[in-house]
Amino acid sequence: MNWSSWILSGFVATVVLSAALATSQGLGLTRMNLPYLIGAAITHDRDKARWYGFVAHMFNGWAFSIIYVLVFEATRNTKWWFGLILGLVHALFVLSIGMMLLPTLHPRMASERHGPTSRRQLEPPGFMALNYGYQTPISVFLSHAAFGSILAGLYRLH
Amino acid sequence: MSVQENQSLTEAPLEGSFPPIGDYGIIGDCRSAALISKHGSIDWLCWPRFDSPSVFAALLDRERGGSWSISLANGDFLSRAYLPNTNILETRFEAPSGTMTLTDLMPVRENTSLVPDHEIIRQVACTSGEAEIQVVMEPRVKYGEATPRLERRGNLGVRFCYGRGVFWLRSSLPLMTSGGSAALRHKLRAGESLLFSLSYTENAPAVLPDLNQLPARISVCANWWKNWAAQLRYQGEFRDEVLRSALTLKLLTFVLSGAVVSAPTTSLPERMGGSLNWDYRYCWLRDASLTIRNMLELGYLDEAAQFLDWMLHATRLTQPELRILYTVFGNPPPRERQSTVLGGYRNSAPVRFGNAARDQLQLDVYGEVIDAASLYAFHGGMLDREMQKTLVGLGNYVVKHWNKPDEGIWEPRTGRRDHTHSRLMCWTALDRLVSLAEQGKLTPPNLHDYRRNRDALRHQISTRGWNDRLQSYVSVLDGDELDASLLLLSWYGFEKAESPRMQSTYRAIRKCLTARGQLLYRYRTSPPEGAFAICSFWEAEYLALGGGNSDECRRLMKALFQYQNDLGLYGEEIDADTGEALGNFPQAFTHIGLIGAALSLDQRVKGEQQLAHRAETARQALAAQGDPS
Repeated sequence: MNWSSWILSGFVATVVLSAALATSQGLGLTRMNLPYLIGAAITHDRDKARWYGFVAHMFNGWAFSIIYVLVFEATRNTKWWFGLILGLVHALFVLSIGMMLLPTLHPRMASERHGPTSRRQLEPPGFMALNYGYQTPISVFLSHAAFGSILAGLYRLH
Repeated sequence: MSVQENQSLTEAPLEGSFPPIGDYGIIGDCRSAALISKHGSIDWLCWPRFDSPSVFAALLDRERGGSWSISLANGDFLSRAYLPNTNILETRFEAPSGTMTLTDLMPVRENTSLVPDHEIIRQVACTSGEAEIQVVMEPRVKYGEATPRLERRGNLGVRFCYGRGVFWLRSSLPLMTSGGSAALRHKLRAGESLLFSLSYTENAPAVLPDLNQLPARISVCANWWKNWAAQLRYQGEFRDEVLRSALTLKLLTFVLSGAVVSAPTTSLPERMGGSLNWDYRYCWLRDASLTIRNMLELGYLDEAAQFLDWMLHATRLTQPELRILYTVFGNPPPRERQSTVLGGYRNSAPVRFGNAARDQLQLDVYGEVIDAASLYAFHGGMLDREMQKTLVGLGNYVVKHWNKPDEGIWEPRTGRRDHTHSRLMCWTALDRLVSLAEQGKLTPPNLHDYRRNRDALRHQISTRGWNDRLQSYVSVLDGDELDASLLLLSWYGFEKAESPRMQSTYRAIRKCLTARGQLLYRYRTSPPEGAFAICSFWEAEYLALGGGNSDECRRLMKALFQYQNDLGLYGEEIDADTGEALGNFPQAFTHIGLIGAALSLDQRVKGEQQLAHRAETARQALAAQGDPS
């Protein structure tokens, strides 16, 4: 594995992923604020949550890119379209399994069954995160596709 | 609390007729506001900010506007009041079976903990006997253009989406939903209560408040307002009225920028059934000087500094030219358009959004902005280099353009004229800049030009703004019409209030513009519109400044207080025949006038220096120090 190439490409891809998600929120494609969603698991302070969440998301994206890189190395394939497909699979995983598990894993997320409590007050994402806007899946698929293809395009095989 | 089964959807309790404008109370969170009728119906709400499209607009159309009512079945309105020193509204209802209290508020962001971005909290409590409450919420978003589908989401509550945002309605008991409405009918016994929270966010995940925490949050919000009110420095004889006005102004201040909107509503008519319906949910620079003065003298220095800062930043893109009005974020307001859905208050059409006055030339705003900065400096505020540069730029613009005709303070859409008030404000602009320079707070490179043009303006106003036949200053140079803005000649220090010219101008205004009793029209129209509320407060202030005596001012103010509603709120105008409020409501400008008059009266009673004479005082102080300038 080419460690320096992973560090660089993983960082760039994560920056693009974060920017794409933030832009799609700004454009009204989705209400989902991923840094806030992640950060609220760490702190109940909403201002700090955005900042903590941003940092956590950056590290998370960086760390996650290592899986992509391992697949690139295993298949010896770094074509951009291959990265794009990996990104779409990744997005599908996040939207289906990730979002389904989120109300259980996130310490501040409410559920339709129990309703909000003093600790769990955040709106659950629902199937494919549709609660956060009907176009949320589009935004997630596009940003992860960009993540995967940039990663593939920048990474140099060992 | 006894939990009973919800009954079927209730009939919407919307009255077929519109309540009087003065029947409304206001709640707000310094970002947006809601108007609530005496019947417990939220008939106006724009989210997320004052000038956003409406969620409820029954204020302008009973059928299509949308509303959220909480009322007592077979009950009547009993009384209402704000909790002391707050903007939390409490309305009491009574029925043969019992009494009920409804508490309404929009919590101000208390801290950084997880709370909804925008929220209305409503608490209804049975205070005696048994009370059957009925709740009907019918949101009609985007000024009634769309009916959102309300979805029940288990124990999370009811939600609906529109545009970029999601709305969540949470309640102690589940509401029945049907298409675009949600309803509940439930009997409460004495001591029992229900809680409701409607929230809005454009960020996901939304925060869904825990209803058990709402009573504590109501207390936190009440304390926030009480702490703010406790800073009020004014201890004069009209403290209650001044405090309510200050609280209303604070409520109309957009906390994220410091801008103050003129009113939270659009298109409440200035003439019933007519077309004088305008959108006032923007910030007029004209209000700047008087607003800053109020804030400074009432002890709200942070608000004054924030407002001045907003004003100088908001205008940066167009400087040295100034627009007449801006959005709360300093952008030009949208182009004026008319609603194709809302029929207007009591059929006063059209309902307008945006404001075409944005394209007008009103030279008086330069004087307002510069005077605001000068007041800030007068009260010890520092004018940094950026501010000084801006002020000099504005002064240079005035030097070049003061002789142009403009639309003037009353914004008629009939063309430009040489308004005396606009000239007065150009004189004020240059006079204040000269004064600041003389005090060493500003170093304009062309001070000589300022002095020369200031003197030319004085000469022009004194000659062409004065009508010998009428023995009065007049609205337009060389004209023979009067308007109430001439009363401000004293406030801005152009002419002493006790001078023979001002005295006879005052008499002429009284003769020509008197509406009913103590009220004044702003100018003569046919058919007449309502009496213009702030003009009467200008009159009171004129009397306090030396145009009359303290008793005359006091009597006039007490007479004017009869026209406020039961909560102490004023609209823009007052129907001269019925005494009802007209125009957008509540109106910041009127409350600014009330505070100003009360401050000047207090200063007069105490023998303190009045602000109208500040330039002169500053010069005298310098002269006493031996400064040759």
